[in-house]
Amino acid sequence: MAKTLFDKIWDKHVVQKIEEGPSVLYIDKHFIHEVTSPQAFNGIEKRGLKVFRPQQVVATADHNVPTLNQHLPIKDELSRLQVEQLIENCKKHNIELYGLGHPFQGIVHVIGPELGITQPGMTIVCGDSHTSTHGAFGAIAFGIGTSEVEMVFASQCVLQTKPKLMRINIEGELPNSVVSKDIILYIISKITSSGATGYFVEYAGAAIRSLSMEARMTICNMSIEMGARGGMIAPDDTTFAYIKGRQFAPGEKQWEQKLNEWKQLYSDVDSVFDIEININASEIEPMITYGTNPGLGIAINGLIPVTDTIPDEGERKNIIKALQYMGLESGKPLLGMPVQHVFIGSCTNSRIEDLRLVAALVKGRQKNKNVQVMIVPGSQQVAKQVHAEGLDKIFIEAGFEIRQAGCSACLGMNEDKIPAGEYCISTSNRNFEGRQGAGARTLLASPLTAAAAAITGVVTDIRELI
Amino acid sequence: MTPLKKINSRFVPLPMENVDTDQIIPARFLKATTRDGFGKNLFRDWRYENNDDTKPKKDFVLNKSDYSGEVLIAGKNFGCGSSREHAAWALQDYGFKAVVSSFFADIFKNNALNNGVLPVKVSDDFLVKLFALGNEATISIDIDKQTITIDATGAQEIFDINVYKKTCLLNGYDDIDYLINNRQAIEAFERIP
Ligand code: SF4
Repeated sequence: MAKTLFDKIWDKHVVQKIEEGPSVLYIDKHFIHEVTSPQAFNGIEKRGLKVFRPQQVVATADHNVPTLNQHLPIKDELSRLQVEQLIENCKKHNIELYGLGHPFQGIVHVIGPELGITQPGMTIVCGDSHTSTHGAFGAIAFGIGTSEVEMVFASQCVLQTKPKLMRINIEGELPNSVVSKDIILYIISKITSSGATGYFVEYAGAAIRSLSMEARMTICNMSIEMGARGGMIAPDDTTFAYIKGRQFAPGEKQWEQKLNEWKQLYSDVDSVFDIEININASEIEPMITYGTNPGLGIAINGLIPVTDTIPDEGERKNIIKALQYMGLESGKPLLGMPVQHVFIGSCTNSRIEDLRLVAALVKGRQKNKNVQVMIVPGSQQVAKQVHAEGLDKIFIEAGFEIRQAGCSACLGMNEDKIPAGEYCISTSNRNFEGRQGAGARTLLASPLTAAAAAITGVVTDIRELI
Repeated sequence: MTPLKKINSRFVPLPMENVDTDQIIPARFLKATTRDGFGKNLFRDWRYENNDDTKPKKDFVLNKSDYSGEVLIAGKNFGCGSSREHAAWALQDYGFKAVVSSFFADIFKNNALNNGVLPVKVSDDFLVKLFALGNEATISIDIDKQTITIDATGAQEIFDINVYKKTCLLNGYDDIDYLINNRQAIEAFERIP
C-alpha cells in the first residue's frame, strides 16, 4: 500500500497502539534545555527512577543564557539556578550537556542539525514547540510538554495520537530577494495561525527541493505557528550532503547502509493526504507581519487590512486588538515606518547562511543611527564560522552588535529585551504580545528584510535596495 | 493526579481568540524549577498595570469580583504558541479545572490533560450561548457522560475525549504510570533490528 513519508517513519516507531487511545511512540532522540526539563527530572526522581536511555538525550542551555560575557556567572539569580540545575541533573543522570562554555552550545534546534545528531527517519522530541525544525531532514520531530519530557525520561516513549496529514506543494520558482522565511510567512498568512492544528505537514514541490537545508529548517521551524504538530520535508541529495561528515553523522562504514535506508523516505506516488494545498512560488513577495500572531502578515509593499470590511466578527475584533497593541492603523502601509530595533537571530534564522545573506547586503554600508541592531548567532559553531569568514568585521563596520549564542531577544526571558512601545523587526518566529519583552512590538520578517531596515531605519522593500 | 469526574461551577469568560501561552504565562516567569505557584502570574500582563501586582487592571476579568469559578471560557484557538506546560500549571494552580473553547491548540490540549485540567471543545454556537450568560449562571460538566450543560436553560452539548484519556481522568491515572508499566514491551521493541 502506498505510504506517506510520515507513515513510513511513524509505523516503524509504534511500540503498541492503545485501543481507542493513543499509540506508544518510541523516540530516537530527545533534546532538552534548562526551562522545560527541571520539573521532569524532579518527577522521575520522586518515582525513584533514573533516566531510562540517557545516551539518547542531548542537553544544552539556551533560553536563559546571557549573550554577553558568557564566561562570567549568570547575573540573574533565577536564570542561574535554572542553568545550574540542568548541569546537576545531567551529571546525575549521565546526559551529554553542551552547556555554557562548551564549543557545541547553542539554540537546541540549531545544534542538533549542525552536529549531525538530527537524521532522516528519526523520531525526535524536545520540550519546545519549535522542535518541528528537525523535520527538515525527513524526521518526525515535535514539541512536547514537561509531563511528556518526564515520560520520555522514564520510558523513551510518548503517548501520541496519530495526527492528520497535510501536504503543502510549492511549485514554481521564487522571485529574486524572496527567501524561505517569506515562503513560510506567506503560507501562515494564507491558512492562519490555527489553520493546520491537528495536522502534521509535509512540504513538497520544486520550490522546496531547490532550497538549502538551512532554508528548509526555517520553513519547518514555523510549522507550529499555523498550529501544526510538526513539519517535514523528504530527504534528498541536499540533505545527505549536509549531514555527511558532521560530528555525529554516520561514519564511512555505516554511511552506505544509512543512505540506502534514507533514500526510501519519501511519500509514495499514490499516498493520500487528508488535505493538500498548492502554492505558486512565483506569487510570493517579501513578507512582514503587522499583528500579534504570525498569521497576520502581508507583502512588504501591501496594506494592513481595513478592519471594517472583515466579515468575521471574532477575526475583526482580533485584528483591532492587535493593531491597538502594535500602535498601527487599519488600511495603512508599513513601508517607510521607522523601527528602533532589528533582531537577527533565533532558531528560525540564526544559521550561518542567514548571516551570510545579511553580510552580503550590509557589506560596505552603515546602519541607520536611530536603530539598534543585534546579531545573535544560533550556536558557538555558527559564531566561530562568522569569525572565520570575516563576517563579524562587516557587521561591526556597519555598526551592528554581535552577541554570543542563545535564544536572546526571541523571548523576553533572558537579559535581551525590546523596550515597551518600541518596534523591532525580528527574524524570530513569534510576534505575540510581550514576546520580546513586556509591551514590545514585533514585526516578523526575513533576515534580508531585517537587514534592509537596519540600513534605512524604516520598513523597507529589499528589492529597492539592491 | 486527583480523579476528575464532574464539575459544577460558575465560570470566568475570556471572549478573546488566539490566546497564546505567552499571554497565559509570560516567559519571564518560567524560571522556576518546581511546578508550584504559577497561578499568581496567570495572564500576568493582562492582569496588572506595568507588571506591578499591586495595580490590578480593573477591566480584566480575573480582577472583577463578580466573576469566579472553576471553569474558564475562552475564544477559539486557545493555548496556541509555545509548548510551555507552565501555562497548564498556571491555570490549574489558579483553580481552573476546565477550559471551554471552540478550538484548542494541540500541545496545550495534551499539557492540560496531563495536569487534570479538562479542555472542553464546544461548537461556535454553544460558545456564543455561554458568552451570553450572566455572571451568576452555572454550568455542569460530566466527564463520564461527556456533556456540558448550562444549568439554567438545560442547553447541552456532548464533547469529545478519547476513551483512554477519559479513563485516566476519571481514575486519576497518568500516562507515565502507563509507560513505566510497559517498559518490557519497550525493551522488546528496542531489540528489533
Ligand atoms: S530561539 Fe526562540 S523560538 Fe527558538 S527555541 Fe529559543 S526561545 Fe524558542
